[in-house]
Amino acid sequence: MSSTANPVLETASGDESGTGLLRRPWTRFALRRLVRLLVSVWVLVTASFAMIHLMPGDPVRAALGPTAPAALVEARRHALGLDEPLLVQYVHYLGGLFTGDLGTSLSAQLPVSDIVAQRLPATLTLTVLAFAAAVVIAVPLGVTMGVLTRGGRGRRTELAFTTTSVVLGTIPDFLIGVGLVAVFGVHLGWLPVAGNATPSAHILPVVAMAIGPAVILARILRVEMVGVLESDFIRTARAKRLPARTVYFRHALPNAVTAALTLSGLILSAMAVGTVLVENVFAWPGLGRTIVDSILTKDYPVAQAIVLVYGAGVLLVNSAVDVALALLDPRSMIRED
Amino acid sequence: MERRWLRVLRTPLGAGAAALCGLVLVLAVVAPLVWGAAAEAVDTADILAGPSSEHWAGTDNLGRDILARVLVATRLSIGLALAATAIAVLVGLLLGSAPYLLGRRAGRLMTAIVNAAVAFPGLLLALFFAVVFGLGARGAVLAIGLAGAPSFARLTHALVANLAARDFVAAARIAGVGRLRVLFRHILPNVAEPLAVNATIGAGTVLLSFAGLSFLGLGVQSPDYDWGRLLYEGVSALYVNPMAALAPGAAVLLAGLAFNLLGESVAKGLGSPTLRGGPPPAPSADGDSRRAPAGEDARDDVEAADPDVVLDVRDLEVTVPGPRGAIRPVRGVSFTVRRGEAVGVVGESGSGKSLTALAVTRLVADSGHVEATRLRLLGDDLRGADTPRRRRLLGTSLAMVFQDPMTSLNPTRRIGGQLAEVASHHLGMPRREAMSRAEDRLGAVGIPDVGRRARQYPHEFSGGMRQRAMIGMGLMGSPRLIVADEPTTALDVTVQQQVLDLLATIRGDDAVGLVLISHDVTVVGEVCDRVLVMYAGRIVEDLPTSELATGARHPYTRALVAAVPDMETDIDEPLATIPGRPVDPAELPAGCAYAARCPLADARCRAEDPPLVADPGGRRVACWHAGEPLPGGTAEHPADELVETP
Repeated sequence: MSSTANPVLETASGDESGTGLLRRPWTRFALRRLVRLLVSVWVLVTASFAMIHLMPGDPVRAALGPTAPAALVEARRHALGLDEPLLVQYVHYLGGLFTGDLGTSLSAQLPVSDIVAQRLPATLTLTVLAFAAAVVIAVPLGVTMGVLTRGGRGRRTELAFTTTSVVLGTIPDFLIGVGLVAVFGVHLGWLPVAGNATPSAHILPVVAMAIGPAVILARILRVEMVGVLESDFIRTARAKRLPARTVYFRHALPNAVTAALTLSGLILSAMAVGTVLVENVFAWPGLGRTIVDSILTKDYPVAQAIVLVYGAGVLLVNSAVDVALALLDPRSMIRED
Repeated sequence: MERRWLRVLRTPLGAGAAALCGLVLVLAVVAPLVWGAAAEAVDTADILAGPSSEHWAGTDNLGRDILARVLVATRLSIGLALAATAIAVLVGLLLGSAPYLLGRRAGRLMTAIVNAAVAFPGLLLALFFAVVFGLGARGAVLAIGLAGAPSFARLTHALVANLAARDFVAAARIAGVGRLRVLFRHILPNVAEPLAVNATIGAGTVLLSFAGLSFLGLGVQSPDYDWGRLLYEGVSALYVNPMAALAPGAAVLLAGLAFNLLGESVAKGLGSPTLRGGPPPAPSADGDSRRAPAGEDARDDVEAADPDVVLDVRDLEVTVPGPRGAIRPVRGVSFTVRRGEAVGVVGESGSGKSLTALAVTRLVADSGHVEATRLRLLGDDLRGADTPRRRRLLGTSLAMVFQDPMTSLNPTRRIGGQLAEVASHHLGMPRREAMSRAEDRLGAVGIPDVGRRARQYPHEFSGGMRQRAMIGMGLMGSPRLIVADEPTTALDVTVQQQVLDLLATIRGDDAVGLVLISHDVTVVGEVCDRVLVMYAGRIVEDLPTSELATGARHPYTRALVAAVPDMETDIDEPLATIPGRPVDPAELPAGCAYAARCPLADARCRAEDPPLVADPGGRRVACWHAGEPLPGGTAEHPADELVETP
């Protein structure tokens, strides 16, 4: 019964023939993605290294202020290795990254990696919760709207939904956040508006971040659902007299999510970076507040490291989406060449 | 082009957005002149006050009027946003058209870089550049402009690449015009319109991003102020005077939305020139057919169901909305299928045969409307709303096989699972049991190595295998009737016979009724006991397959049979065809629908539609001249004047 029990047919089918690991679509796919990821990582690392060096003027002088004695500036430059040739600095930077050394904060005199490790969990929590909330709202909403407006039905519903979602999707999360704080925090006094100490403190930031992405995702899902519901295999599913829920969610939805999943990768990375703004609305003790503080206090190694962390997060999300797409629709893997 | 832009302004959304944009631009010019003094007037006796008749939005920590400051800030906010947009568009244009000028290699590298940059969120790029260019308005304009450039670069690249492949550009290149000249003379003018639309949308986005950067304290610095800076100051006083934050927030939101929506509606307007083009709803004919059979229901129920009849259809009508009112592609079809009987339905495309199949199996799309005086499967009435009991009956006793096995199986689900769910849903089988039944059924339809095959996806199956799996799916229950709609049309000729044999075997083994729909008389003749010939939504002849070759009485059936080439067909002669064209269901003639193509047609045929009359042997035909010899020889060579009858 199992695939190993029938080696003859196995070989005959061609796709798993033993002529080499490289022939397997999964291996080829993984290799291609790995190469692409490595190139992106290199570009990101180099850009973050270049960040300090692209600035006009001396970052140490900028951080210590114009009144600092020249000897102190020189000593600090030497301590940070900024007086060495650029290439040497670059090699040191790369070497440091491999050992988890992200440099030293100019103002706090602490390893940047400690600061990042301390602040990252709060940002991750916020991002994951907000993204989960967006998906939980978007999927039923998009599927329902798709079903209601399939085959050119419900034109008014469609217009109302599209208009509402365009408007809601355009409002940036920090403005929604300010509005939520004003209404639920200040006016009604129902929910805490700062910090992450209690579970209830999570509600407003998560809602602020989730609304826009949720309607944008729902809009894409609706369009895809309307298309998928016209297809032959949905007629087959209906011919099997499966319950409507099964037809829509198990048969139609997986075929409608390809575009939504690609988009949700972009949305997730935008949300991760969007925490910078929302954290500053809600005094959330995460990376977003830290990077803004570090830019304002000219603590560049910290800003540099956090840009790197955000960028790495984006690359991670993009790769995860690629893999998820391949798992969900195995044809996408083969189609690629 | 201008007229199209104007038409966008006539839609409510477009007009509203344009008006708002206009207002914002006017304010940007006028506000500092009118409210400039009020915005700077310090009143230390009245700091952080709430809204009052004097200060509608209250005052800030120096007692300055917030509303006046919000209005005055319009100029700086809009000015900076437009500057950043201009940078984004210009840099994007440069990066996006560079691949065209640079040639293949360098162009590819350029495209790869742009694509990599687009993957990073704009805010991250903006933060990066904000560090590089330093704090303040100038740095923020550069940062946001450059952060927006990659997406414009990609847009430009796509537009340029599309245009570069067009004939007029190729012609210019062949004529010896240089790339740079072609770019400026032929390509960029054509790219301008979509770029302008996207720049409008982009301006809205940039405005909102700029507010974000200023809100973080990274943009405009005190004593200057834009909306974002006012928001930054207002949030710190949120508990004292919420309006201090809400007023600039509302301003930036309205302005951002105005630009965004204007761009979106222009884009939509330019993309689809005809905004109104949908089919007119609620056709009147639909209402008529809805009323008609109400009285006949009672009469029908009196007749007891014949236990030997699997499918019983009387006066089936299907109405669908058309571009000019409702049309009726199926007009009064009646037939029965008995246990173990194979009934073929033949006709040209558009004859209503597939819609008949969908109607009797209750699969007509929502827009269609089905009426019948009787529609019974195994004695159960199929009319009216679905009940759980009926869904089970249909799910287990009826098997459907569709035309295209390539598209009829769900590409994202494993074959085994697609079969198993029938058993787990309708028969309440546990997952594992349902799965082993699925493998058993796949084996029954001749699929080898079912254990492995069941775990594969449809794209790993060949066309014939998929159609077998489709048939196997129908065998998950205990079907009494199989409805196969052109089951072999999409298949390789060598596979067609196997699938037909499979259907014949299943029918023979379990005395399953079979409705085989096909445009191919040969296929039907081979498999079926009886043939229903459909034309223009009606059955025109019903006869045993054995009589098809010699005993057909309707001129259309005879023409269909004659059109089939056989071993004696002279290969030097052109293949026989039926002259004329199938009738458009939207424009049915008064009399017999076939009259226009019929060599026997006379005045009566064009005036009166012949009824379907049964003879004592059970054969039926709808023709005023049934069985009469065809004039001037055979159907292959009809007289020209008859063909040309409109």
